[in-house]
Amino acid sequence: MQQPGRAAEIKANGIGKSFGSFRALDNLSLDIGRGEFLTLLGPSGSGKTTFLMILAGFVQPSEGRLFSDGVDITDRPAEQRAAGMVFQGYALFPHMSVEQNIAFPLKVRKKSAAEIKSRVGEMIERVGLKGHEKKLPAQLSGGQQQRVALARALVFEPGVLLLDEPFSALDKSLRGQMQAEMKRLHQETGTTFVFVTHDQSEALALSSRVAIFNHGKLLQVGRPDEVYDRPANRFVAEFLGEINMLPVKGVRPADHGATGLCEDRAVNMRCRAEAIKGDAILAIRPEDMSIAPEASVNENGIAATAVASTYLGAATKLDLTTRQGAKVTVSVPNEVAAAALSKGNSVWLTWPAEKGFLLPDGG
Amino acid sequence: MRGTLSDRSGAALLMAPLLIFLVLAYAWPFLGVVKWSFTLPTPGLGQYHALLTDDLVQSVFIRTLRIAAIVTLVSVTAAYAITVVWVRGSTVQRVLAEFCILVPFWISVLTRAFGWVALLSNRGLINTWLQSIGFISEPLTLVRNEFGVIVGMSHFLIPFAVFPLASAMRSLDERVLLAARGLGSSRMRTFWTVFVPMTRSGIIGSAMITFVFSLGFFVTPAILGGGRSVMIAELIYLRIFQSPDWGLGAAISVVLVVFVGALMALLFRYVKPKQLV
Repeated sequence: MQQPGRAAEIKANGIGKSFGSFRALDNLSLDIGRGEFLTLLGPSGSGKTTFLMILAGFVQPSEGRLFSDGVDITDRPAEQRAAGMVFQGYALFPHMSVEQNIAFPLKVRKKSAAEIKSRVGEMIERVGLKGHEKKLPAQLSGGQQQRVALARALVFEPGVLLLDEPFSALDKSLRGQMQAEMKRLHQETGTTFVFVTHDQSEALALSSRVAIFNHGKLLQVGRPDEVYDRPANRFVAEFLGEINMLPVKGVRPADHGATGLCEDRAVNMRCRAEAIKGDAILAIRPEDMSIAPEASVNENGIAATAVASTYLGAATKLDLTTRQGAKVTVSVPNEVAAAALSKGNSVWLTWPAEKGFLLPDGG
Repeated sequence: MRGTLSDRSGAALLMAPLLIFLVLAYAWPFLGVVKWSFTLPTPGLGQYHALLTDDLVQSVFIRTLRIAAIVTLVSVTAAYAITVVWVRGSTVQRVLAEFCILVPFWISVLTRAFGWVALLSNRGLINTWLQSIGFISEPLTLVRNEFGVIVGMSHFLIPFAVFPLASAMRSLDERVLLAARGLGSSRMRTFWTVFVPMTRSGIIGSAMITFVFSLGFFVTPAILGGGRSVMIAELIYLRIFQSPDWGLGAAISVVLVVFVGALMALLFRYVKPKQLV
């Protein structure tokens, strides 16, 4: 059993990477804490995988330095970094049994036969592969191969575990199961996990912090609720989930936040607006908006017309258009949607002042 | 389902001319050879009995197997090194390797055999050079013996050994090699414990092709062996064309064909035909 103290602390300092004229990563600085579960999130080509490969030592950065526990490891080859790695598609050794796959990193480290046997046995037990020891990877299901890959990467107690979209090949129910299992392994081992994904719900569900990438730049790092509720810019806001964008005019600071004009109605916002003056975008998540029977002076609200409704089981999704032509999506309880639509398609959209956040206009 | 069926019959139709040609040009005449082996000079199993007792035939068989085994080992090892460079080297290395693999295909086997004679004979380039630098005083016997035969045959067969290996190396998942290094394995260890075992099907295919080709070699051993290290194909030739012993020549042919057929059957149990090209 690993002591949490052995987990590595990683510091990336001004890391950049160019492939010819393509800038894959630009001036990235990031501290990864001991025992943290950090997710690198972004669309494909955003630089997240390049950064993971730089952490693993498979790709050499063009600029910047990388430190592990204060030691500069920028020029250290992959085989000497002792980072566990789980690849997309698992990359198991097809000619070795489950047991041999998991024993590989220990054999490389010249551990005694007895130690290898006991640690491999313990790891097989921990990932639930008992009874499959002698099978070849091709004889296992996707989920089982995933477990072998995790066991192989964790058996030598690395200071950091790097995971490159490990769940992309699994179906939805299995993915949920493996996510829970990975969270458990993270708690049990106490190792630092760095996880690459393009699935925002996976990122929010698993990590202690999320780092969002786009076009080779690190846009924001923070706890899942921070980046979801207070995204730094429009890209982060939109990438993390559906969001409504309403233009707001004449934004100025007010008591406990800011105030402005949205569709010619005064609206109040609790979010800070120091940097924003004049015109801005008010961003509100669909689940934070609701439908009211009529306008109320004390509440933020605008008139809108429903153009489509989609029954989702637990809730109904309504697509609406405001008077000034902004498109809005809300997610409301089924009976609310039914009641609103029974009185014609014109509805009143409201949201609490503490929800939503301001983004610079056009940003 | 219907699509598959018509696709199949379409493919069979396209293959038919080749099949008919093979039957007419090879299978049918070979049946004649089989018939000779049982009827010449007298009907019966006499020639096969002679095969079991004839010392000359047996020593040629053993020599052929030995030479084929050594040539296979040499060719596959050399081809493996060449293929690694061809498939995984830098652009310049790839072009160079490709050139070295393909050029021999354009030069006739006869030319290449005589080329080796010019290099290896007592007054050839190698002996003259070694004597001129004073490394040896008497010329080394490099040709008209098994050594010459092995050199010439390996040189001919290496390009053929390359293709199954290249196919295996190309289909290998690069991430598995990265995974090995990420887990702490040095490049050398990764090569021996991951890369080589993962190209096993290519090695088997390559070895089988080389071995089977070696068994039937005629021109190269005839020239470089100088009549001293006779291989099985040359023995068949001698029996048919230079002695009236058609029955024995035919019986050796039949045994060789059956042996090669058995080897091929064994090969295809381990390797799919498409992995060989």
